[in-house]
Amino acid sequence: MSNATYDVVVVGAGIVGAACADELVRRGLRVAVVDRDVIGSGATAAGMGHIVVMDDSDSQFALTRYSQQLWQELRPELPDDVEYEQCGTIWVATDEEEMIEVRRKRDYYGQRGVATEVLDAQSLQAMEPNLRLGMAGGLLVPEDGVLYPPCAARFLMERAQQRGAKLHLDSPVAQIGMGQVRLTDGTEISAGIIVNAAGAWAADLTPGLEIKKRKGHLVITDRYPRFLRHQLVELGYLKSAHSVSGDSVAFNVQPRRTGQILIGSSRQYGAEHKEVDNAMLVRMLQRAQEYMPGLAQMSTVRTWTGFRAATPDKLPLIGPSTADTTGDKSIYLATGHEGLGITTSLATARLLADQITGTKSDIPVEPYLPARSAKEYAHA
Amino acid sequence: MHSQVTVRVNGAPVVVPSGTTIAVAMVLVGQPCRTSVSGEPRGPLCGMGICFECRVVIGGIPHCRSCQVLCEQGMEVTTEK
Amino acid sequence: MKQMNKEVQRRFDVLVIGGGPAGMAAAARAAECGARVGIVDDNFRLGGQIWRGEPDDGQKTDASRWAERVRASGVTALCGLRVVHQPESGVLLAENLDGFCELTYEKLVLVTGARERFLPFPGWTLPNVMGAGGLQAMVKCGLPIRGKRVVVAGTGPLLLAVAAYLRKHGAEIPVICEQASWRDLAGFGLALFRWPGKILQGLQLKRNLAGVPFAANSWPLAAQGRQTLESMTISHAGKAENIPCDYLACGFHLVPNIELPSLLGCAVANGCVQVDDFQRTTVPHVFCAGEPTGIGGVELSLIEGQIAGLAAAGHASEAQALLDERRKALRFARLLDHTFRLRSELRSLPSSETMVCRCEDVSYSHLLQHSSWRAAKLHTRCGMGPCQGRVCGPATQFLFKWNPDSVRPPVFPVRVETLAAMASQLQPQHSEVTGGQ
Repeated sequence: MSNATYDVVVVGAGIVGAACADELVRRGLRVAVVDRDVIGSGATAAGMGHIVVMDDSDSQFALTRYSQQLWQELRPELPDDVEYEQCGTIWVATDEEEMIEVRRKRDYYGQRGVATEVLDAQSLQAMEPNLRLGMAGGLLVPEDGVLYPPCAARFLMERAQQRGAKLHLDSPVAQIGMGQVRLTDGTEISAGIIVNAAGAWAADLTPGLEIKKRKGHLVITDRYPRFLRHQLVELGYLKSAHSVSGDSVAFNVQPRRTGQILIGSSRQYGAEHKEVDNAMLVRMLQRAQEYMPGLAQMSTVRTWTGFRAATPDKLPLIGPSTADTTGDKSIYLATGHEGLGITTSLATARLLADQITGTKSDIPVEPYLPARSAKEYAHA
Repeated sequence: MHSQVTVRVNGAPVVVPSGTTIAVAMVLVGQPCRTSVSGEPRGPLCGMGICFECRVVIGGIPHCRSCQVLCEQGMEVTTEK
Repeated sequence: MKQMNKEVQRRFDVLVIGGGPAGMAAAARAAECGARVGIVDDNFRLGGQIWRGEPDDGQKTDASRWAERVRASGVTALCGLRVVHQPESGVLLAENLDGFCELTYEKLVLVTGARERFLPFPGWTLPNVMGAGGLQAMVKCGLPIRGKRVVVAGTGPLLLAVAAYLRKHGAEIPVICEQASWRDLAGFGLALFRWPGKILQGLQLKRNLAGVPFAANSWPLAAQGRQTLESMTISHAGKAENIPCDYLACGFHLVPNIELPSLLGCAVANGCVQVDDFQRTTVPHVFCAGEPTGIGGVELSLIEGQIAGLAAAGHASEAQALLDERRKALRFARLLDHTFRLRSELRSLPSSETMVCRCEDVSYSHLLQHSSWRAAKLHTRCGMGPCQGRVCGPATQFLFKWNPDSVRPPVFPVRVETLAAMASQLQPQHSEVTGGQ
């Protein structure tokens, strides 16, 4: 492996790195992927695998919508173990104030061609009988879906390998720069371009990157088929994801194809250890029980944590890095996806590959360029 | 001490001495405790509550480890699908 | 379902987790020193696995004597209760069928015992294929075995004990298949002369098993049957033999239950909890004794349990006398390890379709595609089922030399409401981050 030369080396074999590798080989480039662990071992292993359009900002919407459509196009090729289900999302409103937000979202999505349906209290109950009574209603977004991220990452990586990409797992990286990726065992890999897709650890490789770890907790239950049909998210989730500081939980549950219920979500800054934080776990589960009392009796089989890569303006970094002041032009970034890495992985790969090959992108890339941090971050 | 208990397994009554577990009742009548993810019939393996192969539905409640549950008069037990 | 009745005592000087021989010895000794002691076990009665349902004939045995000491010394026995997590230092979260509770302790004695090691082979998932201890437990819980044909296979002294028990209750045993070699077994037999008590046990076993064919260098190849087990193919003297049977009692020795000690942060080496002479783990106030510190049988468990109980109750000096006994018993434990180590032929038993993870139905060929437990878990779900890797973990460790992952809560499946009810005065484990970050 010493002194091998590639057009692009991608650091990180999570869903973003895998998607980038897949797209880059499709465009005829010689690609290698390096990861310190197994495929999809970071946030990809921990996250919910929710493919969702979000309207936090126009730029966030554009990226998530573009990427969701790419997932839908890819769907027929996905193997069974990716467990892609277009189950839809229901944003749940507990009171009239949240129903105003429901209607705002409906209008926003409607203007942009995203199908939605406003649900009143009765139709919400009919669709999801295990939500507690007394909800005000919700917004159904039927084109949203879910999948199992580690197998999706593996599918994309294996497809890239079939087209010639080289994969080096269990290979921690010590340093990247000046067209070289140096592993901790001393091996050096040369590349015209290095893509930092290291997620929550991206700033370890590119010092100065404004990426912070945002810890999340998840719980999965035993099998309870037909308990839940859609991914359910409370509208308060947006307040939780919006905030750039503090700890928060939000009701967020997903039906897995196995019949297991995946329960989230939590957000914390400043927690660097991966151990389960009991206080956060309790808050998250109590919130979930408030919305769906039937969860209380369910057997939980596992709990775990993961680290999202969060940027100050909640948009990912896709494009040439501006962190280096020495004139090193070899580093590109594909990171900072916070809770939308699964959703936006395919679009990230397209936008990144467009920039590397000098192709015009299907959506404007400016909002995601690392260079944007030269200006003030705009808060949506 | 030597009393008998009647439980129902998949609808059929089974009479066992008190002190018998549900897992034993399932084996006695030759009914699998559960059907696995790929459709295989399964019964108790470890007998001590750690393998989870003996799970049945008791009174509508799923995922009960039958080797840890004593038969009680009138219990309704069904194979977990 | 709610917080359990507060009338039940739940604050203890010494809390013992596990109701087998080690646990009963620890609890009794600690309580006899005057400590307020609680003993917790998942089963509906104390005794663990090896003393399950004892005594069944009214005779005085070690089990009945220790049970009496536990009762007489005022130990609070909490049966049918499972420990699932530690909400904070000094507190354990536990659950039973009706509710949950938090147990508070000054000193903790972990005596969680061992479980059987299962190795996959074609047909092993058929109903009526059980562990050796597993089938014995079922018989103790009422399974009629008189007149039934039971093949006993695997490895370890448990096979003989189980075969003798089954025979005593009327089972017909076509053969006992022990994978160890005659040479290793002979060495074991000779070495037993160091432990006269064991020779007596051995002779009794020999009598109980008179006429039962015993095959060394022998192991299961496949189980056959439509809905339940109907016959077994075993390897014997290099040849395959088919034996019609009703049950298979098959286990490959024992695996320490180290999940709870691991969760609490106790240092572990080679799958065993590390302890000092007084059974102290690397975590302050936490002791561990018996099988989780290394498989050693009932005698060693009783000795170590007593040491732990005395030390936990602040009477370590009284344990001095037991240290010598333990040293001797530890030699037996090492002999066990050596004699009943698994032979490499057992790695070739599974066929490509043989299920290795039974909770999630992951086949052997599916697992072959992965190079670590972690990768296999992530990509196939092996080990993600309710058994939490207790069955497939030891199997894959042997088959593929994979190392297990770190342990996360819950150490046993637990209801959402139980986790959600952990003491609400918990604070997040880092300081609140202020705005502007």
